Amino acid sequence: MTALLEVEDLRVAYGKIEAVKGISFTVNQGEVTTLIGTNGAGKTTTLRTLSGLLKPTAGRLTFDGQDLDRIPAHKIVALGLAHSPEGRHIFPRMTIEENLLLGAFLRTDTPGIQADVERAYGLFPILGERRRQAAGTLSGGEQQMLAMGRALMSRPKLLMLDEPSMGLSPLMMQKIMATIVELKAAGTTILLVEQNAQAALSLSDRGYVMETGRIVLSGTGADLLHDESVRKAYLGED
Amino acid sequence: MHDLPQQLANGLILGALYGLVAIGYTMVYGIVQLINFAHGEIVMVGGFGALTAYLALPGGTTLWLALPLMLIAGILVSTLTAVAAERFAYRPLRNAPRLAPLITAIGLSIFLQQLVFSFYPDAKKARVFPKLPGDPFSLGSVTIQRSDLFLIIAAPLCMLALGWFVTRTRSGRAMQATSQDPDTAKLMGIDTDRIIVMAFAIGAAFAAVAAVAYGLRSGQVDFRMGFILGLKAFTAAVLGGIGNIYGAMLGGVALGLAEALATGYIQHLPGMHLFGGGAWKDVWAFVLLILVLLVRPQGLLGERVSDRA
Repeated sequence: MTALLEVEDLRVAYGKIEAVKGISFTVNQGEVTTLIGTNGAGKTTTLRTLSGLLKPTAGRLTFDGQDLDRIPAHKIVALGLAHSPEGRHIFPRMTIEENLLLGAFLRTDTPGIQADVERAYGLFPILGERRRQAAGTLSGGEQQMLAMGRALMSRPKLLMLDEPSMGLSPLMMQKIMATIVELKAAGTTILLVEQNAQAALSLSDRGYVMETGRIVLSGTGADLLHDESVRKAYLGED
Repeated sequence: MHDLPQQLANGLILGALYGLVAIGYTMVYGIVQLINFAHGEIVMVGGFGALTAYLALPGGTTLWLALPLMLIAGILVSTLTAVAAERFAYRPLRNAPRLAPLITAIGLSIFLQQLVFSFYPDAKKARVFPKLPGDPFSLGSVTIQRSDLFLIIAAPLCMLALGWFVTRTRSGRAMQATSQDPDTAKLMGIDTDRIIVMAFAIGAAFAAVAAVAYGLRSGQVDFRMGFILGLKAFTAAVLGGIGNIYGAMLGGVALGLAEALATGYIQHLPGMHLFGGGAWKDVWAFVLLILVLLVRPQGLLGERVSDRA
């Protein structure tokens, strides 16, 4: 099992408040790895640091053999690290197709880009039907599909999905989770952040439980799913 | 009302001038949410850049040859000044509270005025700017000054070029993305610092075109010319919906028309005979701004800022 991403003793602070207090974890090639935890546990902060949007105060980030330290955010995607951010953040006044094309901003292989746009429409047919529509007019679930499709447009080695099920209807959530399974089957390596622990852990190879900036528990998805403290804290069981 | 076509023509020409300057306010605001109050002075230094090129040419050079060179010099001076301002005055304050860059902009505006006032030869009074030779020409009942031909041709060309750039080119799309969501634009691989510089540079190039048009129209440039022109253009940008490039042009034209019509006709309204004529034109321009801010604060083409939440 080769590690695609290694995080060692990462610390991130907003001013004097430390949000991530020395965490270490690994994402293996071809696996789905999940960070679960409540609001404020530091999951989103971790992903934003990996993308270069936040600067770590300490620690070591190694992606595909390369040190991510001092690499500016706009150069991270070129290394093969794509990020579908929390809250989706599609470009609201651009069309669906323009949003997808921006996902391939650094690519120059026009035929390949076109093929990948069609692949995204294959994955999410509703996006293809509305390709000329402004993205801001889509429903939350459709915007989530667009955010995932856009992240895939860079042909990433690692796809980071931050809270893809947030605010979605149960039906839409199922669709999103099924897509993650589909992407995994196609060999995509995924780092998933979720509050919906049940759904996330059941499709993950490996999981880490975060609490107030620390990793308190780790194991395979199945282990964590059956761990008593996880069941109590995150799966709403007594 | 027999001179209505003439007033409309005057308003359109003036509006095109405001619109060109308004682009600079709106592009910078659209990307970094900064009202660059030094933009009027970016126009002014462009005017002096063009004047310098004109003075450097041998006497007797035809204006048709001189004009492109003046334009290039003006654009160069305006753009370099704006890019330097971004790099050294605004970028260090990128994450500061919003008031800090705003005050910096006002300081920069005074600095540039005083710089030209103190060091440009004979700039303590207005300096003569060449005019396009030839008599005014007539279109039906409308008379148009020869010098305004430059603006009539340049303004629509600039707008078409900008529209094409923003919607059809890779950098233009990157610019749209950055204005809609800067952090996510970075995730796409867009170098947003470069895009910000580009927004300042394009605004400055348009400012220089406006400066040459202003110089040709009025036959002079002076170190204070950017103040009221900048204020009017800012009004135009807000009127059209700040952040929207088509809004800036529309706001400019609306403001120019309002000014021309108010100047020409308001004294004919009952009880208003004291308020007509050129002396009151600035008053009516700003009354229009206040009315728009009361009724439609997002401007004519602006959207309510809701998708930034």
